Amino acid sequence: MELAELFLLAIEALRRNVGRTLLTMLGIIIGIASVITIMSLGKGSTKSIVDSISAFGANVLTVSPGKARRGPGGESSTVTTLVSDDAKEIEKLSNVEAVSRVVSKSKTITANSESENVLVRGVDAVYSEIQSLEFLSGGFFSDGDVSSAAKDVALGDEVVEELYGIGAEEFVIGETIRIDNRVFQVVGVIKESGEAVVPVTTASSILFGQTHLDSISVKMIETDLSSILETEIENLLLDQHDIDEVAAADFNIRNSQSMVDTISSVTGTLTALLSGIAAISLVVGGIGIMNIMLVTVTERTREIGLLKALGAKYRDVLSQFLIEAVVLTILGGLIGMTLGILVALVASRAMSIPFVVTLSSIGLSVGVSVGVGVLFGWYPAKKAAKLHPIDALRYE
Amino acid sequence: MKKPLISFDKITKTYITGPVEYQALKGVSFKIDKGEFVSIMGPSGSGKSTIMNIMGALDTPTTGKYKLRGKDISKYSEDELAGIRNKEVGFVFQSFNLLPRTTVLKNVIRPMMYAGIKKEEWEKRAVEKLALVGLVDKMDNLSNHLSGGQIQRVAIARALVMNPSIVMADEPTGNLDTKTAEEIMTTLSRLNKQGTTVVVITHEENIAEFTERMIRVKDGVVEEDKVKKEM
Repeated sequence: MELAELFLLAIEALRRNVGRTLLTMLGIIIGIASVITIMSLGKGSTKSIVDSISAFGANVLTVSPGKARRGPGGESSTVTTLVSDDAKEIEKLSNVEAVSRVVSKSKTITANSESENVLVRGVDAVYSEIQSLEFLSGGFFSDGDVSSAAKDVALGDEVVEELYGIGAEEFVIGETIRIDNRVFQVVGVIKESGEAVVPVTTASSILFGQTHLDSISVKMIETDLSSILETEIENLLLDQHDIDEVAAADFNIRNSQSMVDTISSVTGTLTALLSGIAAISLVVGGIGIMNIMLVTVTERTREIGLLKALGAKYRDVLSQFLIEAVVLTILGGLIGMTLGILVALVASRAMSIPFVVTLSSIGLSVGVSVGVGVLFGWYPAKKAAKLHPIDALRYE
Repeated sequence: MKKPLISFDKITKTYITGPVEYQALKGVSFKIDKGEFVSIMGPSGSGKSTIMNIMGALDTPTTGKYKLRGKDISKYSEDELAGIRNKEVGFVFQSFNLLPRTTVLKNVIRPMMYAGIKKEEWEKRAVEKLALVGLVDKMDNLSNHLSGGQIQRVAIARALVMNPSIVMADEPTGNLDTKTAEEIMTTLSRLNKQGTTVVVITHEENIAEFTERMIRVKDGVVEEDKVKKEM
């Protein structure tokens, strides 16, 4: 018989008992829906994290003082060996597009009779370009402002909102604010930021009173060659600081791409793990389908006998019941997929992460449903096909 | 001499259930020619159902030879027998004749699906046979919305749809009232007049009366084989 005919027969048979069909599919529906939801949310949160790291600059290396160790440590503030000369030397390397010195400390900003504790960053003018800063109004200070240690400040939009309220972005340009009682003039409002950025010279000399740097931001030209550049910077700084062993280095170099890779692999593993747990419900659903198909075969024993009397061969009966199971699981898979996508859509909105549905997860769910149908439909179908026509016809 | 359509030659059938052996047929021999209208008579336990099972290629004999159209099918495999049932035999059973909740048309079409007949021909051939039993107007009715007599007529139409060598009716009137039973037998008789070989298995004398030849079976042997005189 043709496959299309078999599918029609299967749908007819399933329509004879809609209630049972739906209940049987429930296991597959829940299984597929949870796999799809988890995969989608996993991909969405990975994308959200990766996006925010990339926004920080995927092509940026950060050199920090202190021993090479992951994560924020109190140590960096006590290591004072990273200095402006190091930044100058790094700038001379090939594959380096721009270098900015960075110093930062938390300071109290007062304006409009409001006070806020804000992270103040002192940087070079190219910092804006290195970090791809976007401005809601105004702009950044210039190289000239840095050399003259101008008292200019670019405020993050969140800081502006705290101090002046919503919608003050235009108004605030040219206003004066106080950082630790020093008067600064606002030159720009940075989009999606909670910091205050001032010229590095001003910050070092007037605000923080320090000559060492808290980090150096390096923008590279060729991202692919990042590991070579890392080695070059490492060798350069070891030389500058008169250190012989790499293990004794008083600085560390971080690459945002490697952070992206690490986080992607962590969330990927988590997603796979959760999907695996959800997949267990698919197996349970499959067993449910096998159970019902066995009941169906017993119930329809006389029908099978009749079909055999009409000339149905082993293959005919086998494929009819097998396809009935597969249609059950495919329908369940499609319903589960729709449900999963809807749940993922709602959940990703609630968690404010991007909504991601990949073609692969759709393909996977359809493939898995067919697989479950064949796997768990096989035994009942075989049982039906093996019935002897007379035994089946006489079955009471 | 022309070859008989059906030839039973010393057929025996022994059923073994656990330690118990039961010989249902103890050497049955007879021949049926093309175009005959035969009834196989006997009380329950006589072996008439076993004869039908073997004749209808639902089962194989333990010993002896069964030739259908000259072919010995005694040793055919399950799938080969299915092919014989599909093309050579049309069944009408006492009950559970039709697929549940399936239209009349789809019931009649089913044997053609197994035969691999082209889809375009299905409806034409099914309607042709339904016309013979006067049920064309019911062809889209579901099988569970039919009367007992209508169900048997649909079964007859389906039995004819593959143009088989023989139509086998196993107690076809067992669940019907006398009047409907007569209608069904008249239909079978009419089809026989048009050339179809019909074998009816029954335990009722008045049903056997419709046929032209009676084979009486008792305790697994043929007791009497009598051809009625033409009226």
